[in-house]
Amino acid sequence: MNKSAKPIEIHDLTVSYQRKPVLYGVDLSIEEGSLVGVIGPNGAGKSTLVKTIMNMIKPNGGYVKIFGQSPKRGISRVGYVPQRESVDWDFPVTVMDVVLMGRYAHLGWFKRIGKADRKVASECLEQVDMLPLAARQIGNLSGGQQQRVFLARALAQESLVYLMDEPFAGVDAVTEKAIVGILKGLQDRGKTLIVVHHDLSSAKEYFDHLLLLNMRKVAYGTVESVYTRELLQKTYGGRLTILSEMAFESAGIRAVEKEGRELKR
Amino acid sequence: MLGRANPSFSPFGLIALGLVIIFPRILCGEQIQSIESFDVLDRATRFWEMNDRSVRIVVLGSVLIGISCSLMGSFVVTRKLSLFGDTLSHAVLPGIAVGFMWAESKNNLSMMIGALLAGFFGISCISFLVRFTKISLDSALGIVLSGFYAVGICMLTRIQKMDYGSQAGLDTYLFGQVTSLSSNDLIGILLALSAVVLFLLFGYKELLVTGFDPYFARSINLPTNLIQYLLWVLLGFCVITSLQVIGVVLASALLIIPAASASLLAKRMNFYLLISSVLGASAGLGGAFLSFLGDHLPTGPLIVLVSITFFLFILLVRPKNGVLARLIRSNGQTRRFAMENTLKAIYQVMEKKDFKDSSVHKLELMSRRSIASGPCQKEVNQLERFGYATTSYELQPQDKLPPELLISLTPQGWEYACRIVRNHRLWELYLTNEARYEPDHVHEDAEKIEHVLGEETVRKLERILSNPRQDPHGKLIPSLTDIQGG
Repeated sequence: MNKSAKPIEIHDLTVSYQRKPVLYGVDLSIEEGSLVGVIGPNGAGKSTLVKTIMNMIKPNGGYVKIFGQSPKRGISRVGYVPQRESVDWDFPVTVMDVVLMGRYAHLGWFKRIGKADRKVASECLEQVDMLPLAARQIGNLSGGQQQRVFLARALAQESLVYLMDEPFAGVDAVTEKAIVGILKGLQDRGKTLIVVHHDLSSAKEYFDHLLLLNMRKVAYGTVESVYTRELLQKTYGGRLTILSEMAFESAGIRAVEKEGRELKR
Repeated sequence: MLGRANPSFSPFGLIALGLVIIFPRILCGEQIQSIESFDVLDRATRFWEMNDRSVRIVVLGSVLIGISCSLMGSFVVTRKLSLFGDTLSHAVLPGIAVGFMWAESKNNLSMMIGALLAGFFGISCISFLVRFTKISLDSALGIVLSGFYAVGICMLTRIQKMDYGSQAGLDTYLFGQVTSLSSNDLIGILLALSAVVLFLLFGYKELLVTGFDPYFARSINLPTNLIQYLLWVLLGFCVITSLQVIGVVLASALLIIPAASASLLAKRMNFYLLISSVLGASAGLGGAFLSFLGDHLPTGPLIVLVSITFFLFILLVRPKNGVLARLIRSNGQTRRFAMENTLKAIYQVMEKKDFKDSSVHKLELMSRRSIASGPCQKEVNQLERFGYATTSYELQPQDKLPPELLISLTPQGWEYACRIVRNHRLWELYLTNEARYEPDHVHEDAEKIEHVLGEETVRKLERILSNPRQDPHGKLIPSLTDIQGG
C-alpha cells in the first residue's frame, strides 16, 4: 500500500446505464479521515457513484483508485453499508448472524466463525444499542433497528474506509442521532467515511466535507466552502446546462432533436 | 427406524396413518373390490418390514432425494427463486429424450448426460433473455419452461412409437415411479446428496451472506457469480437424480414445499435446513409408501400430497402466528371485550341512579347493553366466575312474577369497571381536547380504544390532560381515589 495514496481517488469517471449517462466526468480526491456527505437530487448518481467505487458497476470511462490500487484489490479495505431496501428482511438470520457477516471478510473460505469474532460482533452491537436484540430474527425489527444492524456489521468489518448508501433513510430521530454519533466516532479513529445523504438541511451539521453531485461533480470541499446558495442551486436546479446536454448527445440520445425540428418550421 | 418413526414428529405419524387408511380406497378404485382388503395391509407390512431388497432401494432412494432436494430448495426459496427449480426440472426433459435415443435403450448414464446438458442450456437461455432483452425474469422462466417441456414431450411421444421405445416406460420420467428405481439410480442420488452436503459444510457462511445481501457479499470480494453458478449446477444434479421418483412435472414440489413449510417455523438458517430436510425426507418416504401401496401409482403426485399435508398442518398449528393460535387468541380477546363491556354497562346503570344502589337488576343491564336474556345471563355468569360480581334474587312484591336477578359488583369488579369507564372517558377527552375531534365523533373510537389502553398510556393521558374530572359529555371521570373509595 502506497502510504501517501489517498483513500479514494476518482479521475474523469463516466458511468451510463443503457447509454444514458448517470455520472459524467467526475473527478474526486478524498483525504484520509474526512467525513463526506454526498448530496444531490434524486437520480443524480449518488448510489451509482458508491456502487462504482465498490466495483459493482463497471465505468465507461475514467478510473477509481482505492489507496492507489484498483477497486478490485482495494475493495477489501472498504466497508459497505447498502441501502436498507436492497435486502430481504424475511431471510432466516438473526441480528447476530448479520453482524457476524462483517467478520467474513477476515475469515476466508472454509474457516468458521470463532469466539473472537463473536466477541467483536457483540461489542459492535453494544455500540449501536442492539445487544439485547442479538438473537432476534431480522424480520421483527423496526426500520431504525435494521439500519443499526447494518451499521454494526460495518463496524465489525473494521475497515479503513466506509461507504454508506442512505443510512439515514427512513429511520427515527433517536436512531439518526445515534448514527451521527457513531459516524463521528469512526472519524475520530481516523477512518474515512463517504455517506450518501438525502436531507439537505441536516447535511451541514452531520458532515465536514460535502460532495454536491448532479450527474457531474458540482462542487467538493469543506462544508463552509461548499454549502452556499449558489452552489446548491446549481446542484438542485435541473440539468439544462450545455454540459449535460452534450453528455446526452455523446451518449447517443438526441435531446436536441426536437429543438432542431422546431427551428426548421 | 426411518422418517415416520421420528418421535418429534408424532403428529405427522398420525396424519400418515390417516392417509394410509383413506388413500388406498381412492387410489385403487375399482381394484379394491377384487382384491381382499388384507392385501393392502400386507403391502404395508411388506413396506415397513423392509425385508425386500427392492423395498429397501425404494425407501432409501426416496428419503435421500427428499433430503437433497429440500436442502437445495431451502436456498432456492430463501432467494425467492422458486420458479427457477421448476423451470430447470422441465428443461431437462428433452435431454432425457435425446439421451434415450442416443443409447437406444434406457441407459442411465446417457440420459443423465443429456439432462445435464439440457438443463445447462435452459439456464443459459434464461440468463441470455434476462441480460440482453427487456423480458423480465419471471417471463423468461415461463418461456423456457414451457418451450423445453413442449420439445421434450414431442420427442418422448416419438420415442414411444419406435420399436425400442415400447420397453422404455418413459412416462416414469413425467410423473415419477419409485418402484422402477434401480441400484444404479441410487448411486447417482447418493452422489448428488454428498455433493450438496459438502457444498453446505464448506460454503455455509458464503451461501448465507450471498443469499441475504448479495451486494455486501460482493463488497467483501466473494465470488457471488461462482457461488450462484455452483448452486444451479447442484440444483440441476439433485433434480435430475430425483426425476425417477418424482417426475419432471412435479419435481419442484420437493424443492419448494418443505422449504416453504420450514420458513413458517425457523428463524435461523441452520434450523431452517433441518426442518426442511426432515419434512423433505418424510414427504419422499410417504409418497413412496403410498405409491407402493397403490400398486405402481405415479409417485410424484403422492409426494406432493404428503408434503402439502405437512405444510397445511404447520400452517394450522405453528406457535404465535398459526391459524389455531390466532383463533384461540382472538377468541380470548373477544371474550375479554364482552366482559369489559358488561362491567361498563353495570357502572353506567349505577351511575344513572347516582350510585344509590349497590346492585343492578338484570333487566336494566339487558336494556343497557341491548341484548337478550340468554346472552346476558352468560356474561353475568362469566363475571361471577372471574370473581367480579355476585348475584342474588330479589323477591317481587307480586308473587306471580318470577324473582328478579340482582347483580352486585365485588371490589375487584368495581375497580375493573371504573378503570374501563375511565379509559373510555379519558380517551374521549383526549380526542376532543388534543386531537380536535367533535364531541359527537369520539364515542365510537373510545369504544374500541378503552379495551387496549395500557397502564402507561393512561398515565400519559392523565399528564397531558392534567388529571381531568369531566369527560366531554359532562360526565364524571372516575379518578383513582374514587376507584379506591368505591
